[in-house]
Amino acid sequence: MGCIRQFCTFSLGELSFGVDVRSIQEVILHHEMTRVPTAAPVVRGLINLRGQIVMAIDPRRRLGLPPRRSEAESINVILRTEDQPVSLLVDAVGDILDLGEEQMEPPPETVRGEIRGLILGIYKLPDRLLLILDTERMADFDAATESAA
Amino acid sequence: MGEMDLAIQEFLIESRENLDQLDRDLIAIEKDPGSRETLDRMFRTFHTIKGTCGFFDFPRLETVTHAGEGLLCDLREGRLAWSLAITGILLELVDVVRRHLAGIERTGTELEEDDSFLVEALGRLRDRGHDTSGPPIVPGPGSIAAPARPVARAAAAATPFSGLAPASRGEPADGSPAASPSEGTIRVDVGLLDKLMNLVGELVLARNQIFRFTVDDHTSSIEGAVQRLSLITSELQEGVMRTRMQPIGNLWNRFPRLVRDLSLQCGKRAKIEMVGKATGLDKTVLEAIKDPLTHLIRNAIDHGIEFPEERLAVGKPAEGTIHLRAYHEGGLVNIEIHDDGAGVAPSRIKQKALERNLISPEQAARLDDRDLLRLIFQPGFSTAETVTSVSGRGVGLDVVKTNVERIGGTVDLQSEPGQGSTFKVKIPLTLAIIPAMIVTSGGDRYAIPQVSLLELVRLEGEDACRRIEWIQGVPLYRLRGELLPLVDLNRILGGAPPQPPAPGVDPVANIVVLQADNRRFGLIVTEVIDTEEIVVKPLAWQLKKIPIYSGATIMGDGRVALILDVLGIARTAGMNAQGGECACARSDVAADATRSFLLIGLGDGRRLALPLEVVSRLEEIDAGTVETTVNREVVQYRGGILPLVNLATRFGGATAPRDRLQVVVASDNGRDVGFVVESILDIVSATPEVRDLGNSPGILGTAVLQRQVIDLLDVPSLIHGPAATMKGA
Repeated sequence: MGCIRQFCTFSLGELSFGVDVRSIQEVILHHEMTRVPTAAPVVRGLINLRGQIVMAIDPRRRLGLPPRRSEAESINVILRTEDQPVSLLVDAVGDILDLGEEQMEPPPETVRGEIRGLILGIYKLPDRLLLILDTERMADFDAATESAA
Repeated sequence: MGEMDLAIQEFLIESRENLDQLDRDLIAIEKDPGSRETLDRMFRTFHTIKGTCGFFDFPRLETVTHAGEGLLCDLREGRLAWSLAITGILLELVDVVRRHLAGIERTGTELEEDDSFLVEALGRLRDRGHDTSGPPIVPGPGSIAAPARPVARAAAAATPFSGLAPASRGEPADGSPAASPSEGTIRVDVGLLDKLMNLVGELVLARNQIFRFTVDDHTSSIEGAVQRLSLITSELQEGVMRTRMQPIGNLWNRFPRLVRDLSLQCGKRAKIEMVGKATGLDKTVLEAIKDPLTHLIRNAIDHGIEFPEERLAVGKPAEGTIHLRAYHEGGLVNIEIHDDGAGVAPSRIKQKALERNLISPEQAARLDDRDLLRLIFQPGFSTAETVTSVSGRGVGLDVVKTNVERIGGTVDLQSEPGQGSTFKVKIPLTLAIIPAMIVTSGGDRYAIPQVSLLELVRLEGEDACRRIEWIQGVPLYRLRGELLPLVDLNRILGGAPPQPPAPGVDPVANIVVLQADNRRFGLIVTEVIDTEEIVVKPLAWQLKKIPIYSGATIMGDGRVALILDVLGIARTAGMNAQGGECACARSDVAADATRSFLLIGLGDGRRLALPLEVVSRLEEIDAGTVETTVNREVVQYRGGILPLVNLATRFGGATAPRDRLQVVVASDNGRDVGFVVESILDIVSATPEVRDLGNSPGILGTAVLQRQVIDLLDVPSLIHGPAATMKGA
């Protein structure tokens, strides 16, 4: 019997992603943001989370996905990371799924680029694929260098 | 006495805590006699108390703790086996130490109590342990072994001195006052204080928000309540700030020892005197200045104070004195480190700086004594004749300067050769809440720490066009006759480069004049909003390497605003952070060799560059005002006579006659000259490698600027007469 883990799911365009619920601090609706000029484009801005300043990042940029077309407001998925919380701006938040640990498969060889180092594995759900993100590595970049997009 | 009190207070608190731990350890060790860790801890407790007693001169307490230390030493090294007798005597020892501490707390001195029986008993235990390690120790006559007896004895011993304190004070029988100072204090986790600070910060923001509502709504009952809330919040904020304040004496307490050790090491004699030990500083600031201050003290002993025989020879006492002084002034803490040593001769600094190629001979000639003294803070500068283990390895005062500046402070040196030197360090009280100027640019708000703010200049209409001069997209402003380089905040933030204002538009320019290091510059912002006390919050580590921000804060409306790093902006704008671009505070000796140059055109495609720091003004004059004296052209300028040098003709070219002349006014050592040029082209920042290619007089050398080979003007030689000897770089 393998371990059952709970994943919070969210979407970026057509793609579905999952994050271990234990690494999620909270999910909040659109929040007023202050941009950080000259920072790498992955940094979308800073939000005030009850007195704590939290950096919001664009997971599309981080993963090397094409930019979002819709003008709809994003949702902040606040991740606990080793250092301080980081907000992922996602399109929509889905259900919490209970999935067996041993059903997770490594990303196929053909998945390349930035995204490869940032996903822990893939679940084959009946209707779609669920990509499990490595939250620590998502937050591990230097915003002062231009290449960190 | 007050300063000593602080130290003793701390000693009492710490010792009490350690003794409580010792009590627990003594119980624990009975169950686990072999525990090395516990033994070590107990040993350290006695050792620490003994050591501190030596410092404060409490000989009795020192003797008993020394005996206890010895016993534990034997136990640690296995010369003695643990026994019930040992537990008993150590417990009694703890009680005796406690009583002494209580006595010190009340009267400032230890008790007149005869502890010799205890010391003897400890000694006997140790002796016996050395003879026979096997059998348990039987209590001998006069020795205290059974736990029951020491307790009784301790109680008995307590009786005489409890009578010292009047019973009317209502003190408990054990002699310790009901509310002794050390019991009136508690140790608090710094993390908790930080959190409180954060919450108070939030409260301040919420208050500001409510305050804004009441500006629109003048219901008097609300107004009154808000005023009270405002008052309470301010007081609470101040109170929480105070909890983080620590007297600078906490840091200084280590210095007497440091001075003693270092002076011995250097073969010198020195003592330290301190004034203002109670001056309070935020804990984080205190930690940040620990290393710089230690370094300055080392420096004072190693480089400042002379050897005893040298001191006697010049009529000073053999023992040198280092004075530390701390005081509050204008929201800053001033710390002065003065030594009565040899002082620093500017000429010697000049010589060293030249030897180490920190400055060129030309620069050296221009620097006055104050500028020369400042050279001591340059990287790679050390005046020690020999490398010693104390200092003189060339890592030195530049690190002090960097560290002090990192927390928004400054450090300066004053020196009187033969009389000594004084280092003046100015630092902010706290780093957590700072006054800041809120400005906007590109629709966003930014906070500028007020410590860097010199003044605000607002130009409207005509002035905004006329008084900002544009040289190929680089703006300059004449601030009371001095050229102030301008930096456009919008451009620094990645926005569009600034444009000279379009005609017809009513232009407004807001210039925030800032000081970064020794340099001034003007920051062009869209709007200046207000000054506010802001709570500084750190940036996510991912953002820390961006040089132009130093932190973030939450504004009254709950939105985040970034705090600008003035030094970082100056550097990003390509300004050399060390050099003085403003002619008034001219210390143009660069740590890095990046300098700014004014590029000028001489017509027929020829160009020249001159260092921006010598340029004081750019003028346009009417050709008709030029008068000719015997050998040169001059113009009446600002109530004086300004000699003109036409650079085109000076360097063998021709000029077309013009109605208006472009004049670059340059000064050196108080003398001005006006260079007549064809056009002013640009300002460039570069790290040029200046080569002497057998240049003609008046040319310093040749360098590559903007991928072009350009001759550098030797301004001093042109000012001080064309016949002056020319020097290569």
